[in-house]
Amino acid sequence: MRYARLIWANLMRRKGRTLLTVLSVAVALFLFAALRSVVTALAAAGEVGSESRLVSRSAIGITFPLPEAHARRIDALDGVASVSWANWFGGVYVNPQNFFAQFAVVADTYFPMYPEVQIPPEQLEAFEGERTAAIVGQGLMERFGWRVGQTVTLQGTIFPGDWDFTIRGVYVPEDPSFGDEAFYFHYEYLYERTNRNVTPGWFILRLDNPSEAAAMSARIDQVFENSSAPTKTETEKAFNAGFVTMWGNVGFLVRAIGTAVFFAILLVAANTMMMAARERTHEVAVMKTIGFGDRLLSGLVMIEAVLITMLGGAIGIFGARAALGGNEMLSSLLPGYAVEWSTVALGFAIALALGLASGLVPAWQAARLSVVDALRKVA
Amino acid sequence: MKIPLIYNLRSLRQRPVSTLTTAVGMALVVAVFVAMMALSNGFRAALVGTGSPDNAFVLRKGANAEMNSGLGRDVANVVGGMPFVAQDPQGRPMISAETFVVISASRRNGELANVVVRGVSPMALEVRKGVEIVEGRMFTPGASEILVGAKLPSRFADMAVGDVFRFAGRDWNVVGRFVAEGSAFESEIWGENEQFMPLFRGQVFQSVTFRMTDPSGFEGIEETMEGDPRLFVDVFREDAFYRNQSSLLGNLLQFFAIFVSGVMAIGAVFGAINTMYAAVASRGPEIGVLLTLGFTPRNVLGSFLVEAVLIALLGGLLGGLATLPINGLVTSTTNWDSFSELAFAFRVTPGLLLQGLIFAAVMGVVGGFLPARRAAKQPVAEALRGA
Repeated sequence: MRYARLIWANLMRRKGRTLLTVLSVAVALFLFAALRSVVTALAAAGEVGSESRLVSRSAIGITFPLPEAHARRIDALDGVASVSWANWFGGVYVNPQNFFAQFAVVADTYFPMYPEVQIPPEQLEAFEGERTAAIVGQGLMERFGWRVGQTVTLQGTIFPGDWDFTIRGVYVPEDPSFGDEAFYFHYEYLYERTNRNVTPGWFILRLDNPSEAAAMSARIDQVFENSSAPTKTETEKAFNAGFVTMWGNVGFLVRAIGTAVFFAILLVAANTMMMAARERTHEVAVMKTIGFGDRLLSGLVMIEAVLITMLGGAIGIFGARAALGGNEMLSSLLPGYAVEWSTVALGFAIALALGLASGLVPAWQAARLSVVDALRKVA
Repeated sequence: MKIPLIYNLRSLRQRPVSTLTTAVGMALVVAVFVAMMALSNGFRAALVGTGSPDNAFVLRKGANAEMNSGLGRDVANVVGGMPFVAQDPQGRPMISAETFVVISASRRNGELANVVVRGVSPMALEVRKGVEIVEGRMFTPGASEILVGAKLPSRFADMAVGDVFRFAGRDWNVVGRFVAEGSAFESEIWGENEQFMPLFRGQVFQSVTFRMTDPSGFEGIEETMEGDPRLFVDVFREDAFYRNQSSLLGNLLQFFAIFVSGVMAIGAVFGAINTMYAAVASRGPEIGVLLTLGFTPRNVLGSFLVEAVLIALLGGLLGGLATLPINGLVTSTTNWDSFSELAFAFRVTPGLLLQGLIFAAVMGVVGGFLPARRAAKQPVAEALRGA
């Protein structure tokens, strides 16, 4: 790169200006990385869930329970390997800000269906032997500083009263976007304490043949269509995706902000390059006189512009990756929030586009510069 | 003596491209700021506007949301007989015992959403302030009829007045549409509580709302009711209850708005600094002349600062105007406390636009300060000698 020193000299000509432009681009790409990671985290959340597990819940609305008898009828259908159920508990630990999901599950059918929830066998056994035991995610243990064997009290909201649980096991999810902040306990405990006044919240079933998911879903719904508790059955993935859409049109919001940011910073970068070019008309004219070609000179301008934006991009994107990667608040709100490599790649592509766009006009002007006119102008 | 403003205005006209690009950059920042704050304000207004401080709202003890609560008929009767429940001119107690469930309904784009279905007593329109039927009429007690909130028909199919909407295995005639001051009620379906009870959760209400005879005596009412052994309840002021719901999401939206705008502002300020430095550099001789004429360095600093602020204000104005079209645009998200869809409108207020202008001015001052100082500190002879 024979012209490296020339390019460097041009960039360092006004250190302050170069630095400020680099920082502007860094700031813009930091924001881009942060926002896009929200979109990717939500998309990942929508992908969580197996295609071979189906979720069957009340067709009236998700908050309505279903009769236990449905489980036996579903199990009797051809193609259903096993059935389990769970309930949302909705308890409060100390205060409502400490939100985490709690599920009452039928342990001997539920956990075998979720191989990605990894529990040490001796802990699972301890859990199964105790009515008030709980299995808790690794993230929750760290968040509240709990230990195995500790008793934890939750205030019930749907099921009133104080509920004591003893932590007997900790699970670690295979896939981080599954989330490691869930709390599982025995459905039997809920059943007894509410005086048998509770029925399943939703059913989870595993199919013999996952490719039959659509057909099986329709069949199950048909069986209960005219009963007092009609169901809506879908793959677990579709069920989770439904929750993601509840956030609203986040994708649109992020894209809109991203576009605004892109154009704002484009203006900043383009402005800088044009200011630089304006100062150098004389030099460019002299260089042309010596024999430097039009194309070379405009190329140098483009390289300069791209260098500024790529450097700014690198700082912004990797800065976001470092700063936001392990953020606790973000990962409890959006499990699996991280600046993915796809975001990094896209960020660099945007930085490149920014550089090319901002350098375009000055490069074109440098190429078209008429030597005589330029030299004639008084500095 | 200050340097006349006309100098700044003329200088800006001399460098139109530079001025405009910086101004448009700032305009984008202000536009994003105003838009996001409008989103946050709209969301808050929907929740804050719901409920009145003159009403008391009763839930079962420990239930933190209507959905989790259950109050028997006996509780509703006991509350209805209490002396602090106001009466309407006909002598009827102003009390509405209500059921609350969340059903699945298909949005017009095919996605499923959760919609609140509230079973109210025929007194509800009187008790809950600010609710007004704008199209059609109130439902007839005993008939399969419902009212829809104003935000629903545009987002869901079969919810216009005159349509038949089906849920819970029955067909319901939509006989009226109501507004409720932009509050969360406008995303709800209202029907008769007695009709809904057998369909959903049996002979329980989820809440009881009543008008207090003396709203300033709320603490006394709260104490009496929560201490009564026949009742097992929590009592709230109606507006305070709804305001606390989803304060998490409201705060998150506001934090998000400030974070994004703040970060963008930093970028825009860098751009402003760049532009102003270039302006100062190219106007060396002018500054030299001004200083020679007798203007003090302070005046010069002030003048350049004013110029930066002018560019910024131009940007602020453009940005604010650009966001006007989104005012009133309806979007939705989920109110996680009621687990249902909440539709709300972007709210661009004059106060917000003013905030945008001030934000722009601050960006201008911050961005223009260092360059202005450099302009002021130049020795005269050097300045005159040229860029």
